[in-house]
Amino acid sequence: MDGKQKTLIEANTDISASGRKTRSIMPTFTRFSLYLILGLFCVYYLLPLYVMVVNSFKPLPEITSGGMVALPIDWTISAWQSAWSEAQIGVEATGLKPYFINSLLMAIPAVTITTLLGAVNGYVLTKWTFPGATLIFGLILFGCFIPFQAILIPMASVLGRMGIAGTLPGIIFVHVVYGISFSTLYFRNYYASFPTELVRAAQIDGASFFTIFWRIMLPSSGPIAVVCIIWLFTNIWNDFLFGASFSDFDSQPMTVALNNLVQTSTGVKEYNVHFAGAILAALPTLIVYIVAGRYFVRGLMSGSVKG
Amino acid sequence: MKNRNHIGVLDRLQFQLPKIVLSPSVAIIVIFVYGFILYTSYLSFTGSKMLPNFNWVGLQNYITLFRSRTWDTSVTNLAIFSVLYIGICCFIGLMLAILLDQKIRNEGFIRITYLYPMALSFIVTGVAWKWILDPGIGLEAVLQGWGWESFSFRWIKERDMAIYTIVIAAVWQTSGFVMATFLAGLRGIDNEMLRAAQLDGASTFAYYRRIVIPQLRPAFMSAFVVLAHMAIKSYDLVIALTGGGPGNATSMPATFMYSYTFTRNQMGIGAASAVMMLMTVAAIIVPYLWSELREKK
Amino acid sequence: MKKQLVLSSLAIILSSGLTQNVLAQDVEVLHWWTSGSEAAALNVLKDDLKSKGYGWQDMPVAGGGGESAMTTLKARVTGGNPPTAAQLLGVAVQDWANEGSLGDLSSVAKADGWDAVVPDAVKDFAINDGKWVAVPVNIHRPNWLWVNATIFKENGLTPPTTWEEFNTVSNTLKAKGITPLAHGGQPWQDLTIFDDVVLGVGGPDFYRKAIHELDMDALGSDTMVKVFDQMRIIRGFVDKDFSGRDWNLATAMLINGKAAMQLMGDWAKGEMTHANVTPGKDILCLPAPSTAGSFLFISDFFAGFDVGANDRDAQGALASSVLSKKFQEEFNLVKGSIPARTDISRTRFDACAQKSMDDLAEAQEKGTLIGSLAHGTAQGASVQSAISDVVTYHFNSDIGSKEAVDILVNAIQDAML
Repeated sequence: MDGKQKTLIEANTDISASGRKTRSIMPTFTRFSLYLILGLFCVYYLLPLYVMVVNSFKPLPEITSGGMVALPIDWTISAWQSAWSEAQIGVEATGLKPYFINSLLMAIPAVTITTLLGAVNGYVLTKWTFPGATLIFGLILFGCFIPFQAILIPMASVLGRMGIAGTLPGIIFVHVVYGISFSTLYFRNYYASFPTELVRAAQIDGASFFTIFWRIMLPSSGPIAVVCIIWLFTNIWNDFLFGASFSDFDSQPMTVALNNLVQTSTGVKEYNVHFAGAILAALPTLIVYIVAGRYFVRGLMSGSVKG
Repeated sequence: MKNRNHIGVLDRLQFQLPKIVLSPSVAIIVIFVYGFILYTSYLSFTGSKMLPNFNWVGLQNYITLFRSRTWDTSVTNLAIFSVLYIGICCFIGLMLAILLDQKIRNEGFIRITYLYPMALSFIVTGVAWKWILDPGIGLEAVLQGWGWESFSFRWIKERDMAIYTIVIAAVWQTSGFVMATFLAGLRGIDNEMLRAAQLDGASTFAYYRRIVIPQLRPAFMSAFVVLAHMAIKSYDLVIALTGGGPGNATSMPATFMYSYTFTRNQMGIGAASAVMMLMTVAAIIVPYLWSELREKK
Repeated sequence: MKKQLVLSSLAIILSSGLTQNVLAQDVEVLHWWTSGSEAAALNVLKDDLKSKGYGWQDMPVAGGGGESAMTTLKARVTGGNPPTAAQLLGVAVQDWANEGSLGDLSSVAKADGWDAVVPDAVKDFAINDGKWVAVPVNIHRPNWLWVNATIFKENGLTPPTTWEEFNTVSNTLKAKGITPLAHGGQPWQDLTIFDDVVLGVGGPDFYRKAIHELDMDALGSDTMVKVFDQMRIIRGFVDKDFSGRDWNLATAMLINGKAAMQLMGDWAKGEMTHANVTPGKDILCLPAPSTAGSFLFISDFFAGFDVGANDRDAQGALASSVLSKKFQEEFNLVKGSIPARTDISRTRFDACAQKSMDDLAEAQEKGTLIGSLAHGTAQGASVQSAISDVVTYHFNSDIGSKEAVDILVNAIQDAML
């Protein structure tokens, strides 16, 4: 994310795989079985995706008659077109397209706000500690474990009283509330290993609370920010419960639309369209993982794993 | 900063600023986590049906809850599921991390292949999983079609085995993430240690068991928190795969709570089950948090 | 870059908030009709409203026969932000009315003369405390027996009209290696069969007493033991992979000749039409065994929520359109159900729907038009689920009928607390 800003801390923890010396202490003849095991697990992980992709390119009769893993005989992209822009989502035959934008409008602000709050919290909890700070961190952390089904009704009532029930800011607010625990956890653990001397030195130089945060902490937070953003984005993008409960007709997110596409109680099931739609709905998170995947491990390394 | 008094105010502000900055988050957590827990606890003592009401009924909901066969099944299922899920995820995650750490070609590709399921929700992958596990069209049918006539894999249709299919899908989703966590931990281990061990002539197994794995404790901890919270919240997974069936054989506390609160119009009982869930979580997580946080002081 | 995104999204949020206020004369409808044909049918309603000058704000939440939609509805009402109208099944209409969440559609009802055209049994659910609170959209018949005509002809069998005949026919089919009954083992499908068996074995009076009035003597009676006996026999007629199967896949088995019969509601016709087979000809429709002369029904309602004065006109217009002849005909043709008013021309409906209309008229006359338990038209959610639990447990285990009846009685007592 911040390739240029190599700070002290990052240089210290940057031990990427390529830069390391050999750790292979296995005899060479086992390497075949090693690749075999890794390959078998690749099959396990890829199988559901394969099923989805293959069947999304088949015409419907071929799916109902043929095997699950067979390649399409008649390749067609009509299911994809249908899922994106023609399929019936309720009364409107809009496909998933408009809901995609709703999801982006929801996820981007929610992730940004939650990440920033988490960073500030982590900064305060590690560099400006006060008696009881650890207790407060523990209290915040417990929020990770709240089952969301349990808080729907009181949340709805609070949103109503705040006057943001059924609005986009309302959903964003809910996601921020239940994302703070995780983002605080990530940043706090990351900042815990950040040299406090640097902060003290800056303080003596007259730098203020926020100056230190903007100039010293944030620029070196790249690795953990990646982890936090990936985590939050995945959770928020994939959320169905909050989306279904707290959105209005004009703010329903992608998952709700996908669910409407896939779950029909008394209609004909177009599996090829369902699969195409499912992949489309998952595309943003997939891309995030593929693009940022290697930073993810690096970020984990530099922060949360050290506990 | 000429005025002494002025400096005092600034100082005091500077001194208080961190707490001021932290307070919105704390307020949010106090209201939306602890306030709601209190609210739910209160509801669990009321006769709430379709919507919340405040008619006090004492312990009635808890009595009904403990007499419910489905709740019994749910709790047993959660126990089986969490032990297997957390255990297998940690085992597979650790194994794959160690294997991947052997200077593997295409490591980047493999890593993302293992990690990507975490990006998908079960709304997306549920149908595919249902197909794979279904004996009529899934794995069993495919392997039999390839000539392996005696192959049988019909767990999802069997009351006693269906819960294990949920473990399979859950492990699929998260084990890659655990792998990444462990891999990060492994990469953080000092190379000097390795060389010393090699000079000592330690076997591979002994090397990992005695030197590497003990150092992964923090990684285990992070993995545990993530896995435990996934296990307790597991809802989408069950709904997508079995809908709680066959019968109620794969019902879990999260699905139980949801169905009583929202579809069965017995919100009081739903709240009671939520309280039981929260208490279980607290019993496991609080000691862990306490030991972790205290140590660091 | 990020800042710009945030700013522009904020701008969009603000502007969307503004447009919302401008278009106050819209109806927002919460429903779970998301399949292509259902949506096409709702479009008739949307266009009709448009011609009257009202916009349609679509709020579909699909899943599990409306379960997700009900969650959404609870959140919306709790948040003080109810939709103009929501799709509800029979008893749920009364539940929401008793919570005081519904408005009053009586003036529309009076102007349009609903009283004269809606069957009494349906009216019972739409009227609360003397006020029309909801408008019926359709009448589904969940107790059909669908029969693959080819299989029966090839094997020289006659479609069964009683449970005894059903058992004999099924045994013959089973002996020939044909799966007698296509079924999906999901609680609501098990309960749909249970409905048929209770009505068939016990008759309409018993059904009313046991299922509607929850008479403990009826529930614990020998007749109920016989009901579970028959359920156990039926269990022997489904294939081994039945559990968890979606109903439409079971219907596909019937269509493809992999199974000979299915007990399912008239929405199954949609699958048949889609597969180019004709209901009533290739796939025969009969009332479920031993239930001829009675009519279990489900009605979907649009319940009018208690909205502000601004939206009341729009709500009334919606209600009026829903029960208009044009919509009733168009919608039900697509949906597979029959109109909720009795004065619609039957010419465009298929053979099974016409039979449904005849049977409905007969049942209304004889007083055997009864709400179906499996589809929220007999009991509230808690009792319905309690019965469903027992039925599904019995169907998926080896417990005896007597034990099932004991569990049933206890479960219902618990649920009524």
